Amino acid sequence: MKEEQAIAYWRENISLIIRYLIIWFVASYGCGILFVDALNKIHFFGFKMGFWFAQQGSIFIFLALLVMYARSMNKLDKKYDVHE
Amino acid sequence: MSLDVLTYLFVGLSFTLYIGIAIWARAGSTKEFYVAGGGVHPAANGMATAADWMSAASFISLAGIVSFSGYDASGYLMGWTGGYVMLALLLAPYLRKFGKFTVPDFIGDRYYSNTARTLAVICVIFISFTYIAGQMRGTGIVFSRFLHVDIDTGVLIGMVIVFFYAVMGGMKGITYTQVAQYCILIFAYTVPAVFLVMQVTGHVLPQTGLGATVLESVNPVWAGKPVLFVLDEVVQDLGFHEYTTGTRTTIDTFFITAALMAGTAGLPHVIVRFFTVPNVRDARSSAGWALMFIAVLYLTVPAVGAIGQLNLINTLNGEQGDGVSYSDMPSWFKNWEQSGLVAWNDRNGDGKVQYAAGDAFMDGKPVLTDKYGEFGQRLTENPLIDTEASPGFDPGIQPYANEVFVDRDIMVLANPEVASLPDWVIALVAAGAVAAALSTAAGLLLVISTAISHDLLKKTLLPEINERQELVAARMASVAAICIAGYFGLNPPGYVAATVALAFGLAAASFFPVIFMGIFFKRMNKEGAIAGMLVGLLSTMAYIVYFKFMGGAKEDLFMGISPEGFGTLGMLMNFTVAFVVSRVTPRPPEEVQAMVDDIRIPRSAGRVHAQEPR
Repeated sequence: MKEEQAIAYWRENISLIIRYLIIWFVASYGCGILFVDALNKIHFFGFKMGFWFAQQGSIFIFLALLVMYARSMNKLDKKYDVHE
Repeated sequence: MSLDVLTYLFVGLSFTLYIGIAIWARAGSTKEFYVAGGGVHPAANGMATAADWMSAASFISLAGIVSFSGYDASGYLMGWTGGYVMLALLLAPYLRKFGKFTVPDFIGDRYYSNTARTLAVICVIFISFTYIAGQMRGTGIVFSRFLHVDIDTGVLIGMVIVFFYAVMGGMKGITYTQVAQYCILIFAYTVPAVFLVMQVTGHVLPQTGLGATVLESVNPVWAGKPVLFVLDEVVQDLGFHEYTTGTRTTIDTFFITAALMAGTAGLPHVIVRFFTVPNVRDARSSAGWALMFIAVLYLTVPAVGAIGQLNLINTLNGEQGDGVSYSDMPSWFKNWEQSGLVAWNDRNGDGKVQYAAGDAFMDGKPVLTDKYGEFGQRLTENPLIDTEASPGFDPGIQPYANEVFVDRDIMVLANPEVASLPDWVIALVAAGAVAAALSTAAGLLLVISTAISHDLLKKTLLPEINERQELVAARMASVAAICIAGYFGLNPPGYVAATVALAFGLAAASFFPVIFMGIFFKRMNKEGAIAGMLVGLLSTMAYIVYFKFMGGAKEDLFMGISPEGFGTLGMLMNFTVAFVVSRVTPRPPEEVQAMVDDIRIPRSAGRVHAQEPR
């Protein structure tokens, strides 16, 4: 693998990681902690929204994130021909 | 069949299964012993990771903590699951590509330094022993509670079982036993939860039942209203803080959650699991599988906590909320009174049980006597409590003083009886709790023995030993580790719960930053890493020891951050110091930089399996 290609692969990987970590941060620290009081004013399906994010919602989002990240990385590996 | 016979049968059957698997999966090489030969399917590895991760504490205590502290417990739920996102995105795939056996392996090679390696070994051993002491004790408690042997005998039985399959099978034996243990523990946890949620809300899935409404058959006053809203109202009427909001400051919750997350991602017994899958792609998907299996339990916990609490209040205070006479208490209440997990102190002498905020007994937990009171309740040695001045009682808010002591662990242990489930379910919960404790203890033991035989002996002290001798050393190290862990189980340091904060804080402040920087910052050198690790480690240890063990005053907390959350600050200091030091010291050598380039590219991670076609 050429060096420029390795650098491009790594850059794309980093930008993916950053995008996913932003979602991770917003779901847990954002909705579950920092903005929990504001979100608690919104009620849905018997939950206060902030509380739901803190105890269940964030976990659902973490799960979705891991599935999506594994998929995007498999695609990226194929694109740069570094898959196994 | 009586409950005791059933319990012995279930626990005995599960032990036979574990030992059978251990014999089938005997380890023949160091590679099999350390990383199960590196050929475990990602889904099986995910299941094993989940069993490894969920300890006796997760199984027995987590729902109780959530139940009695509501929103304040959210940090545990988010921290212990969100850590897997950090692990999957930032560490696991690259460590798998690196392709060796242990965390100190990576730190020693990446930072081209045996000092860094030795420092890492010390951290691994320290973190794992603090963690394992609690597990051994947990095993003992489960045995004593369900099988009526004394706690010390319980610890010894646990030691023998773990000894058998961890020493013989190594990682290979442990991995496949943990798959079986996961199945047992998750079944044991969810079955009673389903029934509890169904009885209170009519909803089948506990994961979603938390938002459901209360049934009329439970309490007509609450009927038709969502569980959480009823709970908020009811607990406030009894003088507690609202269930769905917290009492901690935002910054404290933030720091605790972050320390638990980074600590999860940095715990050596979790990281090592990702060395056991065949390649980088499988390391990524295995993290997803692990989180899914963990989430099955962690999404059930908030429902067991909230609905269990509501059910408890309803049972103790009755439909009208003015108390229920002791003679009408269900049998589980009287059963658990015998073990001291529930106790009643009829402070106003009306013969009714009343549950509210504040302490029911002086001097903490009730100490049982052999005597019984006029209503047949078990009496305690605790001195009489002064109603007006009892801690936590606010006559301005609550209708009556609290008369009941309820241990938090009862939320899971008594659940099958509260829900009037058949005896086999109770026996199942016993087998599940034992599975949770043993699986975690075995995973930790393996990490300790590997750190000694591989990192300390083979890589540092006696590099000339051959593979067979290394394997013998690994087995001997497991035996020694089991004995030391057993000693801590038999003579528990009085601060087991507090040491868990220490284990997570240290993992967050030491391992997570150095591994992360080792992958993402090619410029990071050994001077920076060692300085950062030392600063993170020492500051976190000093803070936690001062506030947890030396009785530091709450007012002196730095920015109001609890000791549990200080690992986050230790981690930030680690990063800062490492950066500054690495700027003023030489770049790492060429071959180390080439190694960093190599671990960033997935292909050829399978080189260690070149001879074993998949």
